[in-house]
Amino acid sequence: MAHGSKRNPAAPDTQPEQGISTAVDLIRLRGVSKSYLRGKQRVEVLHHIDLDIPEGDFIALMGPSGSGKTTLLNLIAGLDSPTHGSVTIAGQRIDRLSSGELARWRATHVGFVFQFYNLLPMLSAQKNVELPLLLTRLSAAQRRRHANIALQLVGLTERASHRPGELSGGQQQRVAIARALVSDPMLLVCDEPTGDLDRHSAEEVLRLLQRLNREYGKTMIMVTHDPKAAEHALRTRHLDKGTLVG
Amino acid sequence: MKYLPLLWAGLLRRKTRTVLTLLSVVAAFTLFGMLDAVRIAFNAPNSVAGLNRLIVTSRFSIIQPLPFAYISRIQAITGVQDVAYAIWFGGIYQDRKNFFPNMAVSVQEYLTIHPELVLPAAQQQAFRHTRTGAIIGRTLAERFDWKIGDKIPLKATIFPKKDGGNIWTFDLVGIFHADRPELQGIERQMLFHYDYVDEGRLQDQGTVGWYIVQVSDPADSDRVALAIDRLFANSAHETKTQSEKDFQRSFVKQIGNIGLIVSTIMGAVFFTLILLTGNTMMQAIRERIPELAVLKTIGFPNRVVLLLVLAEAIVIMLCGGLGGLMLAHALLPVMATATSGQLNLPLTLATWLLGLALMILIGLLVGLPPALRTLRLNVVDALRG
Repeated sequence: MAHGSKRNPAAPDTQPEQGISTAVDLIRLRGVSKSYLRGKQRVEVLHHIDLDIPEGDFIALMGPSGSGKTTLLNLIAGLDSPTHGSVTIAGQRIDRLSSGELARWRATHVGFVFQFYNLLPMLSAQKNVELPLLLTRLSAAQRRRHANIALQLVGLTERASHRPGELSGGQQQRVAIARALVSDPMLLVCDEPTGDLDRHSAEEVLRLLQRLNREYGKTMIMVTHDPKAAEHALRTRHLDKGTLVG
Repeated sequence: MKYLPLLWAGLLRRKTRTVLTLLSVVAAFTLFGMLDAVRIAFNAPNSVAGLNRLIVTSRFSIIQPLPFAYISRIQAITGVQDVAYAIWFGGIYQDRKNFFPNMAVSVQEYLTIHPELVLPAAQQQAFRHTRTGAIIGRTLAERFDWKIGDKIPLKATIFPKKDGGNIWTFDLVGIFHADRPELQGIERQMLFHYDYVDEGRLQDQGTVGWYIVQVSDPADSDRVALAIDRLFANSAHETKTQSEKDFQRSFVKQIGNIGLIVSTIMGAVFFTLILLTGNTMMQAIRERIPELAVLKTIGFPNRVVLLLVLAEAIVIMLCGGLGGLMLAHALLPVMATATSGQLNLPLTLATWLLGLALMILIGLLVGLPPALRTLRLNVVDALRG
């Protein structure tokens, strides 16, 4: 694995497509602003953000609704581009990439965990986990093997053939984490990963994320409203009205 | 191949909707298969090569009579073995709904030229010697429960009698059957003496509807056909010599341009299909926007997502379309049997190929709008819901 101290055993033996520097700060944002047009009015959601996140960090982004947490997460994950400023991940300016290049970059560098799991309802847990591997050159047998290892990591081997509708919320979120992990990304972005879970399931998911950070060295950014969830992170940063306040 | 599970996942997401869409495609392509068989049958190129029986009609219309005197001139052409003649009588038995084909023929020659018409020798004799005699096919006999010795009154629709009457009465002297199952259609016919009708009719005496020419060598039929038409070229009654099949087509074509009618119906069917499946595809993709957004989020390129949506539409069209053509393939022989061989239309390779091309084309047409929509999909907005 190019990043992190230990290799994820589910990871395919594929190298990232673009060269990556060994900078201490894996993520570096400089003067990042983001504004949207709402009707005829331009609304600035993020104002001049400077942020450094070192490799292997686990950071919780907190703040009230509308403070720009998810927008910031989307910029770091290469889902959106800043209006001003630079977003450098592992030495690469991703704000300069085209949408096609960003798609390829995301496929090899970022794992996503959403609040509502966003699994494909007609596919089994294993097939859902295999999805990111469809973009690699792995054979069907290799994809299956990697998916099984990822499911093993999240403790759901015996549920591999179940469809999302046959799993509890906590189990679905663990399948989503396995899907995020399977291609061995350097960065895991989690948008309210426990927002739709009961306390017990949320605790399980958070412990799993914590383990992935500690044991496999995954750099993690988690957006959350929940201070208890944020306690599982190594650091917490607060956003308010589009500005980092702490 | 590796994207197949994704394709099936999309198709099976709403099974009922997929099945209903498939059924509408099956119905459309069944109709296409059957109508295209009709279109091909009616638009097949005219050729008399290899045939031993030719039909000579007026060049301008099959309802235009030809002079009886032509018979001797046709008989004189080298390669002509025998000549029979006939007129379409168009008589009605009791009610118009009882329609069946009935014709006045030159009995001796007609029976000689049509060996497929099997009639016991005694009945043949009786037919030859009874001026008012008539023979009918087995199917027709069963339909009206007619037996030999019955008198069959037909109301004239074309030829009123000289005496002012309108009812022609025939004595049933024979019941024939076809020598091959595929010719069962002829068993619905009634035949009687040309002389009886010609002498008794008020108008058009001394004319025939068409001549049936038997050629000595089928390989020579092209030349014979040409010789007949040349013989009467620039006369008051120019002729058109064609195969029996083309002659039958000409009969049906009297109701209009069959090719145009069929093409119009098919056009309407496919237009409706495009609207219906196009709308269904749009709806199906709209429902799956969050899922497609997830695919794009985890790095699926636009091209792959676009192809997935297009493939989904094409797979529905191919499954339903091939099912529809197979159903048409199974139904056409049933239709042929039900019409006693009158509508014996095979599903040709041309129809299969045209169908396949239409399936792909319609699949692209209905898949393209939702596929393009996925291209414009903003992942951030879609994930936000």
